[in-house]
Amino acid sequence: MRRLQRLHSIGELRKLRKALLKKVNDCRPRIVVCAGTACQASASSDVIRVAKRHIIEKRLRKRISLRVTGCHGFCEMGPFVLTEPQMAFYGQVTLEDVPRIIDALLAGDYVEELLYRDPATGQRYYNRGDIPFFRNQRRTILALNEKIDPVRIQDYIAQGGYSALERVLSKRDPGWVVEEVKSSGLRGRGGAGFPTGLKWELLAKQPSSDGKYLVCNADEGDPGAYMDRSVLEGNPNAVMEGMVIGAYGTGATEGVVYVRNEYPLAIRHLTMALGQAREQGLLGDDILGTGFSFDIKVVRGGGAFVCGEETALIRSVEGTRGEPRQRPPFPVRQGIKGKPTVINNVETWANIPLIFRLGAEEFVKVGAKGNSGTKIFSLVGKIRNTGLVEVPMGITIREVVYDIGGGPVGKSKIKAVQTGGPSGGCIPAEMFDLPIDFESLVDAGSIMGSGGMIVTDENTCMVDLAKYFSKFLKDESCGKCFTCRKGTQRMHEILHDISNGDGTLEQLELLGELGLVVQDSAMCGLGQTAPNWVLSTLRYFRDEYVEHVVNKRCPAGVCTALVTYFITESCKGCGLCVRVCPSGAITGEKKARHVVDTAKCIKCGACASVCKLEAVSVK
Amino acid sequence: MIDLTINGLKVPVEEGTSLLEAGRVMGFPIPTLCHMDGLSPYGACRLCVVEINDGTKARLVSSCTYPAQQGLRVRTASSRVIRARKMVIELLLASCPQSKVIQDLAAAYDVRQQRFKQEYENCILCGLCVRVCHEQMMAKAIGFQGRGERLTVGTPFDMRSELCRLCGGCMYICPACQLRCTYAEPERAICGACANLSPPCVEKEAFDDMMCYMKPCVACEIERH
Repeated sequence: MRRLQRLHSIGELRKLRKALLKKVNDCRPRIVVCAGTACQASASSDVIRVAKRHIIEKRLRKRISLRVTGCHGFCEMGPFVLTEPQMAFYGQVTLEDVPRIIDALLAGDYVEELLYRDPATGQRYYNRGDIPFFRNQRRTILALNEKIDPVRIQDYIAQGGYSALERVLSKRDPGWVVEEVKSSGLRGRGGAGFPTGLKWELLAKQPSSDGKYLVCNADEGDPGAYMDRSVLEGNPNAVMEGMVIGAYGTGATEGVVYVRNEYPLAIRHLTMALGQAREQGLLGDDILGTGFSFDIKVVRGGGAFVCGEETALIRSVEGTRGEPRQRPPFPVRQGIKGKPTVINNVETWANIPLIFRLGAEEFVKVGAKGNSGTKIFSLVGKIRNTGLVEVPMGITIREVVYDIGGGPVGKSKIKAVQTGGPSGGCIPAEMFDLPIDFESLVDAGSIMGSGGMIVTDENTCMVDLAKYFSKFLKDESCGKCFTCRKGTQRMHEILHDISNGDGTLEQLELLGELGLVVQDSAMCGLGQTAPNWVLSTLRYFRDEYVEHVVNKRCPAGVCTALVTYFITESCKGCGLCVRVCPSGAITGEKKARHVVDTAKCIKCGACASVCKLEAVSVK
Repeated sequence: MIDLTINGLKVPVEEGTSLLEAGRVMGFPIPTLCHMDGLSPYGACRLCVVEINDGTKARLVSSCTYPAQQGLRVRTASSRVIRARKMVIELLLASCPQSKVIQDLAAAYDVRQQRFKQEYENCILCGLCVRVCHEQMMAKAIGFQGRGERLTVGTPFDMRSELCRLCGGCMYICPACQLRCTYAEPERAICGACANLSPPCVEKEAFDDMMCYMKPCVACEIERH
């Protein structure tokens, strides 16, 4: 690859941006294909290959261009193709569709039958902006993902990237930087919601004789959450720009991005972006000829969930066991190698350039009071539109679940939403008018967390889900403090008993009691929030627990020990279930009602999933 | 000097004093299993929790790791503290019922029964042995391995450590008094508790004559198998 030219002054960066912008705004139509991890899993790399081949074979290179980008958020529809300037959205495309889309685009036309259709109303949308999933969001951070090829820093510069840094460096006032972040009201997006400006101010006040650290926490471990991953994969430069601005404001000398090793694409894109930024003179020594120096290195995490906790992360960066310690002293006084350290989440860093591009006053206007800005949630579970959604803070859960998420799949009713990953709790459907902000969620017994949002419906057993999360936490607890290690083990043990039909009402009491003590006496955030899920389900879905314990019945039909499969009268005897049953438990004459032998049945549910008449029932 | 309030009494202490030390100076009993003067505080056993602050800001912290702060209000035996401590003892009792130390603690706090499934473990993973090995013996022969329920104390790769001088410090300090000196290879398992350079228990003839308080000693136990 050609080496990028080093920029020696702010003026040179401006000139480069102008030149790049001219190139971007050329009148060629463009097709945009997402190559985020979710879309790659649904074969978007093949779509890209086919598109490239078609363009080359048909000699269309002068007439059309292709952009490969990071995640756009609508992962349900992957792989998808977006056309510019039409902004037509073709979801779940096949390889044969790609040439048709390209040809239609060149003719200024649409491929009608491939356009996105609302599954509920059947309405076609010609412009992506009209699709309810996108229309109801407020995409300030994710919006850049679709305009940028993450491996080209110049794409980012052309979209106004590093203009926030430009503004900061030309102002030459670190105090102003911290003040601006403070007045923006930005709160940490990692879960706790600590005001970022305040944290920076504390760091700026620390004596700087032997250096200070800035850390980007990309150890996103919550099951079902991938916001940070998508930002880092799709737009690593935004995070880097945020960190450089942070370093200028706080006087930090070294930067670290702590990223999970399970995110290979994020690591690759980040490493490439770091290299390019160094070549361009936007990182490293003497940034943009201003004499200000700051560099960032990547540290890969070894796959421990607990290393997302500040003090454990510091240990891990230092190369020792990832074990939390009691605060105080807080990392801002004693962090990596004993030096003052500020740790912010990926999304928090990505918000920083935005604050300086818009100005703090503009930034505050989005969101609710005391909770400014937007928040990205990964909306997953039993919902129609899964994907990443970015909404202003203070929006209600109902809006996210129904307006953006499109409500439940099929006929079942949504029961609850789980927020905050394994550390969070659940919020029942009756409370969906709750605004999404840090305080309201805590009052409801859950937490904002880093932004996981798992939707559950009637076919989800809350006890079973609680058991799943308690198993996750039992395995991921570092084991240092006794109440967290033993507490999570014992909670899982009791939940296991309950879901097996061996639970007693005394155990249910004990579970609640134990949960409160673990919450109270554990050392770090992992232990203190570990019982949240148990406590909140006990609070809102106690009757489900009692049903398991007293009547030995699982209302959702999930806990295998408590359910029996049987075939109803609507069975026509097609024999499909007989063929899929792995244990040979189903018998019956052709064209007559079949029977399940409960002694042989292993309750795998294969019969229910193949039956076209919904004749297999769970009791 | 800084002033803090413990159980309503004003206590002046030097800066850097932990709440545990401050409480003990005043004679308030705070039980611990993972604390030892001369070793760095660790905060693993959660028995020494105390309640700090008031109202909505009230919370429990481990007193051994929390530094005394000016004006801090501390309660060492509030109902919240006792509730947590009793549960910790119940959990300990459910895992290590044979330990005399834990039985005594349970008696002191009137914990008569435990409601979990009974386990019979020896180690409570307080980390005292690891710290005595690192900090007092300068050996770093043993350390923690694994995490969560698979957390154990052992030598790297479970092989006999060349750094181990068989000093027996780890056993001496063990509060659960159940730790045994086991190496990965049973035939070379040696009881180091008596600090003998060549422990007599490996010589079978001498076994009957020796005073071994480790009961049962793993070296012998394995021999007998």
